[in-house]
Amino acid sequence: MDTLITHIGRPTRRVDGQLKVTGRAKYAAEYDAPGLLHGAIVSSSIPAGRIVRIHTDKAKAFPGVVEIFTHENRGKAAWLDYKWRDQVAPPGHPFRPLHSDRVVFDGQPIALVVAESYEAARDAATLVHADYQPDEHRTDLLVERERSYQPPKKRSGVPKPPSPRGDAEGAFDQAPVKLANTYRIAAEHHNPMELFATTCVRGGDGKLTLYEKTQGSQNSQSYVTSVFGLKSDDVEVINHYVGGAFGSGLRPQHQLFFAVMASLELERSVRVSLTRDQMFHIGYRPEILQTVGLACDAEGRLQAVMHDATAGTSHFEDYQENVVNWSGLLYRCDNVRLSYELAKLNTYTPCDMRAPGAASGVTALECAMDELAYAARIDPLELRRINFATRDENDNKELTSKALDACYDEGAAAFGWDKRSFEPRSMRDGRDLIGWGMATGVWEASMQKTVATAKLSANGHLEIATASSDIGTGTWTILTQIGADALGLPLEAVTARIGESGLPASPIEGGSWTAASAGSAVQAACDEVRKSLLKQAAGLPGSPLADASPEDVRLNAGRLELKADPSRGISIGEIMTASGIGEIEEEGKAAPDKLQMLKYVSYTHSAIFAEVAVDEELGVIRVTRVVCATAAGRILNPKTARSQILGGVVMGIGMALHEEAMTDHHLGRVMNHNIAEYHMPVNADIHDIEVIFVAEHDDKASPIGVKGLGEIGIVGTAAAVANAVFHATGKRIRDFPMTLDKVLQN
Amino acid sequence: MKRFEYIRAESIDDAIAAIAAVPDARAVAGGTNLIDLMKYDVAQPSRLVDINRLPLDTIEETSEGGLKIGALVTNSALAWDTRVEEHFPLLSSAILAGASPQLRNAATTGGNLLQRTRCYYFYDACTPCNKREPGSGCPAIPGVNRIHAILGTSDACIATHPSDMCVALAALDATVHVAGPGGTRTIPFADFHRLPGDQPELDNTMRHGELITAVEVPPSRFGAHHTYLKIRDRLSYAFALVSVAAALTLDGDRIVEARVAMGGVAHKPWRDRLAEADLAGKQADAAAFQDFADQVLEGAVGYGHNSFKIDLARRAMVRALEQAAAGTPQRQTDKRIN
Repeated sequence: MDTLITHIGRPTRRVDGQLKVTGRAKYAAEYDAPGLLHGAIVSSSIPAGRIVRIHTDKAKAFPGVVEIFTHENRGKAAWLDYKWRDQVAPPGHPFRPLHSDRVVFDGQPIALVVAESYEAARDAATLVHADYQPDEHRTDLLVERERSYQPPKKRSGVPKPPSPRGDAEGAFDQAPVKLANTYRIAAEHHNPMELFATTCVRGGDGKLTLYEKTQGSQNSQSYVTSVFGLKSDDVEVINHYVGGAFGSGLRPQHQLFFAVMASLELERSVRVSLTRDQMFHIGYRPEILQTVGLACDAEGRLQAVMHDATAGTSHFEDYQENVVNWSGLLYRCDNVRLSYELAKLNTYTPCDMRAPGAASGVTALECAMDELAYAARIDPLELRRINFATRDENDNKELTSKALDACYDEGAAAFGWDKRSFEPRSMRDGRDLIGWGMATGVWEASMQKTVATAKLSANGHLEIATASSDIGTGTWTILTQIGADALGLPLEAVTARIGESGLPASPIEGGSWTAASAGSAVQAACDEVRKSLLKQAAGLPGSPLADASPEDVRLNAGRLELKADPSRGISIGEIMTASGIGEIEEEGKAAPDKLQMLKYVSYTHSAIFAEVAVDEELGVIRVTRVVCATAAGRILNPKTARSQILGGVVMGIGMALHEEAMTDHHLGRVMNHNIAEYHMPVNADIHDIEVIFVAEHDDKASPIGVKGLGEIGIVGTAAAVANAVFHATGKRIRDFPMTLDKVLQN
Repeated sequence: MKRFEYIRAESIDDAIAAIAAVPDARAVAGGTNLIDLMKYDVAQPSRLVDINRLPLDTIEETSEGGLKIGALVTNSALAWDTRVEEHFPLLSSAILAGASPQLRNAATTGGNLLQRTRCYYFYDACTPCNKREPGSGCPAIPGVNRIHAILGTSDACIATHPSDMCVALAALDATVHVAGPGGTRTIPFADFHRLPGDQPELDNTMRHGELITAVEVPPSRFGAHHTYLKIRDRLSYAFALVSVAAALTLDGDRIVEARVAMGGVAHKPWRDRLAEADLAGKQADAAAFQDFADQVLEGAVGYGHNSFKIDLARRAMVRALEQAAAGTPQRQTDKRIN
């Protein structure tokens, strides 16, 4: 049963755009409640040790202060630590705020001051003081790598490195062209515009409504019910709008625990918000050291790939990412050996940050590929083409689609790659050295089980609902588009409901799977509505659609009509009135096809081309041009899709040039914990970025042919910039970010 | 942030009296730095005296052809003033190299002089810092010191002064007008900010109760031979790793007078008058500029992360002098270094 597609594939403005730019879209910290109390978290000033004494007297005496919670009087919460595990917790023991006198990471919450006003809470929080007995702390990955280990327990959803295939060492030794180098990428901290906040509104019946910054309302709900022993019916979590999250909102952050704990203990509504500097003490992209060894024959065919990574994690959880597996599947090679280890640091547990694993791992791989191209004296793009893989050799599976060759072709053409001169330092513009570099990007295209409902009213209005989140990606809009097209309605006739834990089950918004998962569920629900509608229509006396099968009809402009003869049809309103029903509501489900997954695997691909201008005397790098060509299956909304790629590319430029947690290892503390000194790109750093979506038909990645776009834009971008810097200067900088001192060095 | 008393001053005398009466009272104008510091619990004034209503927001021409800039003239108003653009483009350029338009719209001339260091440790009330808490120690010396000073440091402090505007004012030989309980006085710009020595808590030579009323710049003779070159970790909205304000008077290709001030390298805008004097009379060429830069940096000391600044400062001074000599001042709009 098809319809006239009118919205999918068109650049469509965000349906929530006007609300956002006029300030009417409410975020977690903007909800109010009668008698709302305000909490301020006090953070530890040491990275490891014990709290000998915590002084709260002065703070308690401060006007307006209601209560101060410390480890000595923390409210009731689950004792067993598995109860604290959220849906995406890595193996280990989840952090339990105020659980004991032990401090295991810098900035650990050690108290919550609750007061009648935000100002009083904040002011009094500065009066809480702790005496510590410090322990030795470890924060330097370069030192702690000596104690690295393979995580004994795998993180759910993150593949382990595959077993070695062939004989990588042997092939490496015998190959005529080879190299092995170590790359370091600094820890990066999440800095979405919106701070983490929870407003816990306590109803007269004791039920809690949580306005919460999260990427998964149902994850927060189950965390709260598990930790505090509450019933699901008594806790509703709302996250209609999320001011950026990038992975930081996948797991509940401290403020959720504190807001609920204080609310339950004090029987009042409570809001707790993190401060910007406290945002530097939550999950982050871990610092990582990677050694990549590559070897090829004289024609550039890969003979050996070795990729070994060591990343930081906390003392209490084994956070894991898929860092190295990309090196076993992106190019064809018979001899592959990959390893991934962790080292414990006195920090909070790292967390997913846009393309976790791939953003780091593919950067190292793609820099190494560029180095190999120069060692073999083969054009870097040509080297990738020579080694093009048509299946996933890690898992020995077919790919559902892979239009990466089109990304190479269209990206190179748009960039003008054929005008590039091979030799480093061979292109100039006045005083500037010009460099052109490229890289490949890859990310998994996955689906998660998702449920949606669709409710069609007699007046032709459609409401679609699922608990999914929109973290700024455009979920509100694409689901509206899908609903409209599925039932042949204008966008205005469709209302999406998302961001509420009470809606049909949806996973956390992460992994770039929301468009494919929630989109397919909405499509399925709408398909059910159409079938029901036809059933009703066919049963009406003298129905012009009496003998029609679902394949024969379509919905168009509020009318169910025969495709072959559109003059024969009935309007939605007529069908419902005549059938005596006010609305039709159906449920749709989407889930990965387990059987298909035995044979197939699905990835998104990209080719990134970057131009840099380097003032070599002063070390200043400008990224003057980027072309990112992406193969991501069906593009639902080229406008929001483009924004995702732009954001990813900007973040990749940040990884290349700017982003870096500067840790004082004497103090065990990140020192640039504000966004004046923690640099990410600003407007002046960003020039032309051209986004290309190549045609890619995929009928297996998801029922609606979508692969997802949230993460692919960052993958490979830092490598393309680094490779361009080499082409400009002849210098390999293997330490990210490539700040100007590193250009001056060498 | 600690609670504080807020007083809005209606006259200069009122303001001075209100500040002088309370040892930890502070004046507030744009608040772009002070309010941040209060939020971070770094500054805890018990009284804030709002001076925004004082009649200090005009730019007047002096009889000698210079300008007297009221303390409350905003950075934006100053940078875009046609007299400043025409006769003191170095000052305009330096201001526009700093902060963001929003901040420049709020920040004032007086406040710019009084902004405090961006040292990570100074900003973090959980760490020791001799500037914030005298005698507590300086973790920046063995710690994270990428943005710290290489000249004029002490064992107590290696912080830098973060202003761009002040670097230009130092090169322009400005004078600071202050008013206090004891009357008014003027302070030559070079004597306004101080080196940390063993009292790093003092950024400048003002006394408690004194208020900056104006900054005066004498007439400029540099024509197009000036530049403000700022090198930073991203192309906008970042403090200088090294910045150079350079101004030359030339007779043909011979240097008559050279003024070079550096930002990002010391506790105050850094000038070396002996080196400047040595440059006078020389041919304006790369060799002379190199010698000059070497001389300025003779006593420079790196602390690890910031050691690259010595070499960077040398290169930046040479480039800035080349720009000034060529009459091609650094543009602040397209962020491309010329």
